[in-house]
Amino acid sequence: MENFEFINAMVLLANFVFVPALSYGSQLALATLSLTIIYGVLRFSNFAQADWMSFGTMTTILFTWLFQSAGISAGILPTALLALPFAIIVTALFCLFIDRSVYSFYRKQKSQPIVLMIVSVGVMFILQAVVRFIIGPNDRKFFDGEKYIVHALDFKNYFGLEEGLTIKSTQLITVIVALVAMISLFYFLQKTKLGKSMRAYSNNEDLALLSGINPEKIVIVTWIISSILITTAGVLYGLDKSFKPFTYFNLLLPMFAAAIVGGIGSPIGAVIGGYVIAFSEITLTYAYKKFFVYLLPESLEPSGLMQVLSTDYKFAISFIILVIVLIVRPTGIVRGKII
Amino acid sequence: MNDELRAPIAFTIMAILLAIVGFTQSWSVSLSVINLCIISSIMAIGVNLQWGYGGLFNAGVMGFTALGGLTAVLVSHDPIYEAWDKAGVGIVISAIIFVLSITALLFVFRNIENKQIRNTLIILIIVFGLIGINNFYGPSIDIVESINPAKTGFLGGLGLPIIFSWLIAAIVAGLVAWVIGKITLRLRSDYLAIATLGISEIVIAVVKHEDWLSRGVKNVSGLDRPVPYEIELQESKWFLNLVERINFSKLEAIQSLSSRQDLLNDLVIDSSGIFVKLCYAGLFFSVLLLIFYLSQLALNSPWGRMLRAIRDNEEAASAMGKNIFAQHLQIFIIGSAIIGIAGAMLTTLDGQFTPGSYRPLRFTFIIWLMVIIGGSGNNLGSIFGGFFIWFIWIEAEPLSIGFMNMLAGGLEYDNPLRMHLLGSAAHLRLFIMGLLLLLALRFMPKGVIPEKIQRK
Repeated sequence: MENFEFINAMVLLANFVFVPALSYGSQLALATLSLTIIYGVLRFSNFAQADWMSFGTMTTILFTWLFQSAGISAGILPTALLALPFAIIVTALFCLFIDRSVYSFYRKQKSQPIVLMIVSVGVMFILQAVVRFIIGPNDRKFFDGEKYIVHALDFKNYFGLEEGLTIKSTQLITVIVALVAMISLFYFLQKTKLGKSMRAYSNNEDLALLSGINPEKIVIVTWIISSILITTAGVLYGLDKSFKPFTYFNLLLPMFAAAIVGGIGSPIGAVIGGYVIAFSEITLTYAYKKFFVYLLPESLEPSGLMQVLSTDYKFAISFIILVIVLIVRPTGIVRGKII
Repeated sequence: MNDELRAPIAFTIMAILLAIVGFTQSWSVSLSVINLCIISSIMAIGVNLQWGYGGLFNAGVMGFTALGGLTAVLVSHDPIYEAWDKAGVGIVISAIIFVLSITALLFVFRNIENKQIRNTLIILIIVFGLIGINNFYGPSIDIVESINPAKTGFLGGLGLPIIFSWLIAAIVAGLVAWVIGKITLRLRSDYLAIATLGISEIVIAVVKHEDWLSRGVKNVSGLDRPVPYEIELQESKWFLNLVERINFSKLEAIQSLSSRQDLLNDLVIDSSGIFVKLCYAGLFFSVLLLIFYLSQLALNSPWGRMLRAIRDNEEAASAMGKNIFAQHLQIFIIGSAIIGIAGAMLTTLDGQFTPGSYRPLRFTFIIWLMVIIGGSGNNLGSIFGGFFIWFIWIEAEPLSIGFMNMLAGGLEYDNPLRMHLLGSAAHLRLFIMGLLLLLALRFMPKGVIPEKIQRK
C-alpha cells in the first residue's frame, strides 16, 4: 500500500499541475515567440500582440462556423484546425496592411522604439474595436470533436488507483502543434537563407543592408511568421479554454513577462520563459494539501491548504517573477538581444 | 498656425463643445463631464511630468489611481472597532514580520558577498517569513472578514473628512512610486513600460483580493462627501430662496399658484443636483489650478531645465555631473503622487470604491492618449488633452449609435445586420480612440499644444 500512496500523489500532481502547465506553457511559448520575433527584427515592444491573438482566433472561429455550416469536419479533431491555415492567411494580410499603413512610416523616419511602442497602443485600440465589433465581447467556445484522450474514471478503473488522470485531446494537440511550430521555426531561423538573413538583420541592421539583404522582404516575412505563431497560439488557447477578447488582452502581461524572463529577443529564451511562467503560475497557486496527505504519515498531515499563494494572485505571479528577474538578472535566463 | 494662438483656440473649441452638450442634453450632464475632465487633466499632468519632462514611460497609471482611491476609503471610512479589537494584534504582528523579512532580505542581498550563503539565507528568510505571516495573518483576516460581512468585513479607515485623503493619497502613491522606481527605473524605456504595467496589475490584484483592507470586489460605497447632499439643499431655506430668485421671471409668468409651486419644486430638485456638481467642480478646479501652477513653476526652474536636458541627452547630462537615476526617481515619485491625488478625487466624486472597475484601457492608456494628443511636455496641452479625450470618450457612444442608425437606415427594424450594428456601436469608441492616437502621431506628433522651447 505504501507504494500506491506515492503513485497516487504523483498522479494527482500530474493531473492538476503538470499536464495543465505543459499545455498552457506551450501556448504561452508560441505567443511569446511571436512577440520576441517582432522585438528582435522590428525592435519594438508590440503592445498590440495580444489583440492580434484575439483577431487571429476570431478569424479562425468565423472560418470554423463557415465549415460547420457547410458540413465539413475533421472527424475526431476539432474543425478549428482546418480553419487555422485560412485564418493565418487573413491575419497575415491584415498585419501587412497595418504595417504598410501605420508602422512603415515610422520605420522610414527611424523613429525611436518607444514611439513605435506608442503607435502599437493605437493599433491595439483599433484591433480591440474590430474584434469586439465583429464577434462581440462575450465568451465563445468553438471546440468540437473528441474531447478526452484519457478520462479520469477510465484511468482509475484501469490502474485501480484512487486518483484519476485526465488528458484532454486539446492538451495533446497543443503540445504536438507547438512542438512542430517551434521546430520548424528554429529550422527556418538556423538553416534557411531567409532565416539567416533575418538573424543578420536583427543583429546588425547596417551590416545586413550592406550585404544586400532587402529590408522590406525581412519585414514582410517577420509579420507573416508572427501571424502564424500568434494565431496558432490563440487558437490552441481558445480550444483548450474558450475565446474571450478581454481574457486574451490579459495574456499580454504573461507574454511580456515570459519574453523578459527568458531574455528578450532570444527565441530559445521565449520558449523557456513561456514554460517558466506557466509552471510557476500553476505550481505556486496549487493547494498541495491532498498531495501531502498521500505522502506523509497521518500524524504529520497538514491542516491548511498548503498553498503558497491564493489563486486570486495567479495573474500577478508572472509579474512577481518578472520583478525578481529584473532585479537579479535583468538580461533574462538566456542572455541575448538577437533572434 | 501661430503657436501662441493654439492654446486659446483649443480651449475655446472645448468650451463650445461643452456648451453644446449643456444646451442639447442638459447642464447636469455637461457638468458631470467637466468634473471627470478635470480629474483626467490632473492625471494627464502627472503623466506629463513623467513623460514630457522626464521621458519616462509609466504604464502603471491605473495602479496609482487605485492607490489614491484606496486611500480615500482608508482615510474617510469609520474605523471598525470590533475588527481591530479581535484581530488587530494579529494583523499588526504579520505586518511587522513582513517588514522585518523584507529588511532582512535587503540586508542579506546587499551585504553578503558569498553567493552560497546568500542564497541559502534568502531562501530561509522567505520560508520562515511566509510561515510566520501565515500563522498570524490567515486567522486574523478570517476574523476580520467574518465581522458583519454584508456591511463591513474589513478594518475600516481613520474616520477623517475625505478631503484629507487627497493629500494623503499623494504621500501613499509617492511612497509606492519610490519602491517601484527603485526597482524599475534603471531599465530601458520599453522595459520600464512593461514593468510598470505589470506592477499596476499587482496593485489591482491586492486591492481586489485583500478583503480585510478594501472589501475587495464587494466594493465600499456610501463614502462621505466634501460637499452638501442634494436632499439637505432641497430642505434648506436659503437654497429655496436662491432658486426662486434666479428663476424669478420664469415663475412670474405662471398664473396658477399650484402649478407655480410644482415648477418651483422641479427647479429645486434640478438645481440641487447642479449645485452639488458645481461644488465639486469648484473644488477640483482649485486643485487643478494649484497643480498646474506648481508644475509650471517646476518646468521653468533650473530643476525643470535639468530634467529636459536629461530627457534629450542622457549621456551629456550625465557627463555634466547630474545623477540621472536620482532625478528620474524624483520625477517618477512626483508624477505618481499627482496621479494618486486624482485617484482619490475620482473616488470622492463617485462616493464609492470599486476595485473591479480598474481596467488598464480606461485608466492607463486613455490617460496616455490625453498627454500625447494634448502635447507632451506642455501642461496646458495635457489639460486640453484631458478635457478633449474624456469628452470624446463619453460622447463617442451617442455619436456612434447615431452613425450606426444612419448606416442601417434603409434596413428593416428587426433586420439581424441592423441589430448587430446597433448592438456593437459601443465598441466604436475604442476605434475612435485608436484612430485619434494614430492620426495625432502621424500628422501632429507634437500634439495640439506643443512644448515651448525657450531659447535665449
